[in-house]
Amino acid sequence: MKFRILAYLFFFVGTADLFIKIFYGNIFSDLTEDYYEIANPLLVFTPVLFFSIGGIFLKESKVSLTLENFGTSRIKYYSPQFICLSVVVLIFLFFTFNAQMNMENRGIDFGFDFLTQEASFDMQFSLMDYDGQDPYWWAYVVALLNTLLVAVLGIIFCTIIGVIVGIARLSPNFLIRNSAAWYVEFFRNIPLLLQIFFWYYAALRALPLPQDASPLFGVTYLTIKGYYMPAFIWNNLNIFLYSVLAAIIAIIFIRYYATKLRDNEGKQIPVFYISLIILIILPVLTFLAGGVSLNFEIPVLKQLSATSFIYDGGVAVPPELIALTLALSLYTATFVAECVRAGIQGISKGQKEAAASLGLTPNQVLKLVIMPQALRIIIPPTTNQYLNLTKNSSLAAAIAYPDLVLVFAGTALMQTGRAIEIVSITMLTYLSISLAIAALMNWYNKLIEIKEK
Amino acid sequence: MNKFTFLRSDRSNIQLVLITGTFLITISILDVFLNSFFRLNLISFLPSKVSFLTPFIIGMIGLNLIRIEYSGNKFLDILNKNINTSNFNAALTLLIIFLIFKAIPPSLSWMILDANISGDTKEACTGTGACWTYIKVWFRRFMYGMYPNEQHWRINTAFLLVIGLGTFGLFATEKMKKFLALYYVVIYPIIAFLIIYYLISGGYFGLEWIETGAWGGLSLTFIVSFFCLIFCFPLGMILALGRRSNLPAVRYVSIGYIEFWRGVPLITVLFMSSVMFPMFLPEDFFMDKLVRVIIAITLFEGAYCAEVIRGGLQSLPRGQYDAAKSLGMGYWKMHIFVILPQALKLVIPGICNTFLALVKDTPLIFVVGLAELAGMLALAKTNPKWLGFAMEGYIFAAIIFWIICYAMSKYSYNLEEKYKTDR
Repeated sequence: MKFRILAYLFFFVGTADLFIKIFYGNIFSDLTEDYYEIANPLLVFTPVLFFSIGGIFLKESKVSLTLENFGTSRIKYYSPQFICLSVVVLIFLFFTFNAQMNMENRGIDFGFDFLTQEASFDMQFSLMDYDGQDPYWWAYVVALLNTLLVAVLGIIFCTIIGVIVGIARLSPNFLIRNSAAWYVEFFRNIPLLLQIFFWYYAALRALPLPQDASPLFGVTYLTIKGYYMPAFIWNNLNIFLYSVLAAIIAIIFIRYYATKLRDNEGKQIPVFYISLIILIILPVLTFLAGGVSLNFEIPVLKQLSATSFIYDGGVAVPPELIALTLALSLYTATFVAECVRAGIQGISKGQKEAAASLGLTPNQVLKLVIMPQALRIIIPPTTNQYLNLTKNSSLAAAIAYPDLVLVFAGTALMQTGRAIEIVSITMLTYLSISLAIAALMNWYNKLIEIKEK
Repeated sequence: MNKFTFLRSDRSNIQLVLITGTFLITISILDVFLNSFFRLNLISFLPSKVSFLTPFIIGMIGLNLIRIEYSGNKFLDILNKNINTSNFNAALTLLIIFLIFKAIPPSLSWMILDANISGDTKEACTGTGACWTYIKVWFRRFMYGMYPNEQHWRINTAFLLVIGLGTFGLFATEKMKKFLALYYVVIYPIIAFLIIYYLISGGYFGLEWIETGAWGGLSLTFIVSFFCLIFCFPLGMILALGRRSNLPAVRYVSIGYIEFWRGVPLITVLFMSSVMFPMFLPEDFFMDKLVRVIIAITLFEGAYCAEVIRGGLQSLPRGQYDAAKSLGMGYWKMHIFVILPQALKLVIPGICNTFLALVKDTPLIFVVGLAELAGMLALAKTNPKWLGFAMEGYIFAAIIFWIICYAMSKYSYNLEEKYKTDR
């Protein structure tokens, strides 16, 4: 009860603080001593702090962890906690005090106002428009997008490779099983940084120069300066997208109808083929009737100087991105493969045999019986691997791919000298990605866990 | 369907089928073998596209022919069961065999046949293959970094001493066994630190002082991972106990710590240790970069270690706690004598995996300017006298790391097997 009152008190203080901040400005800013000026910008977060403390108290009140069931004296209960908290606070105060002193001596002031200044550095590769006149916060956004691009590409490829290898490790075929096992043992036991270096400095450097490259698939060029692909130029792209959307909605309806038909009348209709046909026919119709047209901008060899050539037009994928994606996906795929293998092996043989004895075909056994159960075991550790991949993508800094760490914790830090602010922003970014995915995962686990009666 | 019985293989025509099938498979494999090893093309009279696919088609027909259930031939049955269960599997089998045959000659000739190892300069490398001369010349740099050549015995002696002290536990008598934990957690780290400090760093006993900037190569990898390893274990233990504690403040501090370090990439932690951490220290207080990096990695890996140990603590049945409490043991007594010995035994494989990850993470210290193996490779690669040997360098480093990590993972697997039977 005491905890609950305390919790509501904190919630109230937090809300009041939030309102005061919105309408009157920061009231705590005058309270901080000179030496703790550094904490000023952090005071924006005080309502969050109050709310989280309130939340902790509320949770504690539900656990009803009281002196009675701990079964010991009041001193034994409170003194370790007091010591622990005071050590943490003392360390924090010691560090902030030193930081303030150091910054005062070096004439640096603390604050996030540099974010609006002109960045005045260039990025080799960016998804959005960026040039040196843009402010630092825009550089941050662009760099974050680059990081996310590598992460998403890596996740897609590592899932594909990982699932194939994981299933191959359980194959009845001796050769396939062993080559999959060797793949896993090989790539798992070499440090990721070395793999990135290998791809970037050794393997991709063996590619031909732009002028010597022979076309791959007719119109794409894999050269030492990157991978050049044709760009799509759409007319009336929105109509095409609408048609795809319509096809997806239609498929959802058909699946719903098919499930109903199966449950009520026991009829099976080939849902997969029907969906495939709809997904192909509807968008194709827009080409014929809707005025949608698609052109390709094919990369063309262009001479810059006597010996220097590049391809102009189309989409250019820089070698850094290729090396990074290759290394990340090959490395993480070994872990994903192990997760997949463990998941499938975790399903007891009886399930498979029971399903087979009901007359399901091997494909149906896999799809309807094994996979839904195996996914429960596979998904949580695989998400962990995805998180690892996202964190490992920060190794991009080692081969100068402009990701968050290189651009922000590297170039921007060098230019502004704001070590504390920049490193903490970078860390907080990764931390919030991790925590968000972890929270999502916990929610998903709760959703799919076996509800025991 | 009975029309094609003469093509169906079963036990009645087993002799004929077996001979034909084996013949076809042999031809297909022989063709690929000759093609890749001796550049001969047996079927060059066919048009190129057909000739490209012929071995595959012939092999598929052969494998299809010898697929006989319960043939009575033991060897054939084993073969069919393992590599030839269905058409799909047969195709994959053939593809893998062909791939191996295609991949062996170029890699063999690059690695060994056309490679050079003699001589001391770049000019000695005349072959088209790898230039192992480069590795030979730079070997000492890759192992010891910029450490002066005549002082390398110090590093070797220090490592031998540390390893020797580490094996102390193997010879301990029954009487000494109870002090082993104390020895490994407290005494051994201190002795190891003193050995490495006095012997490798020097400055005392007439040994020349060698600053940490000169340390490097594989020995630095070992030093960093060794220290992180022995320090992060106690830290992880304390954090794991904290996270399982009944005291809310202690628990939330531990949770916050663990989740924070697990949420950020190591590279930002290293950046923090090199550019941000000096700002947090008093002005006249200088801390060596290597020490800062070791502290950062220890704090980072400690969080991972804590999660592994927590798993072990959670898997212990409640009865163990209750039994210990009913004997009148307090918190510390209960954990030291009852809970931790059992829990730690359970998590040995997990801890091994954490250490494996730690060893694989150490090359990252390259980004803050410490030249361990990856850093030395980057240095050697840009040396104007030795340009263009990146491939050899990285393959060399990959082999070394692979051997270390593979040995560790096998060892952890053995430990897992060993302790599995106990419970």
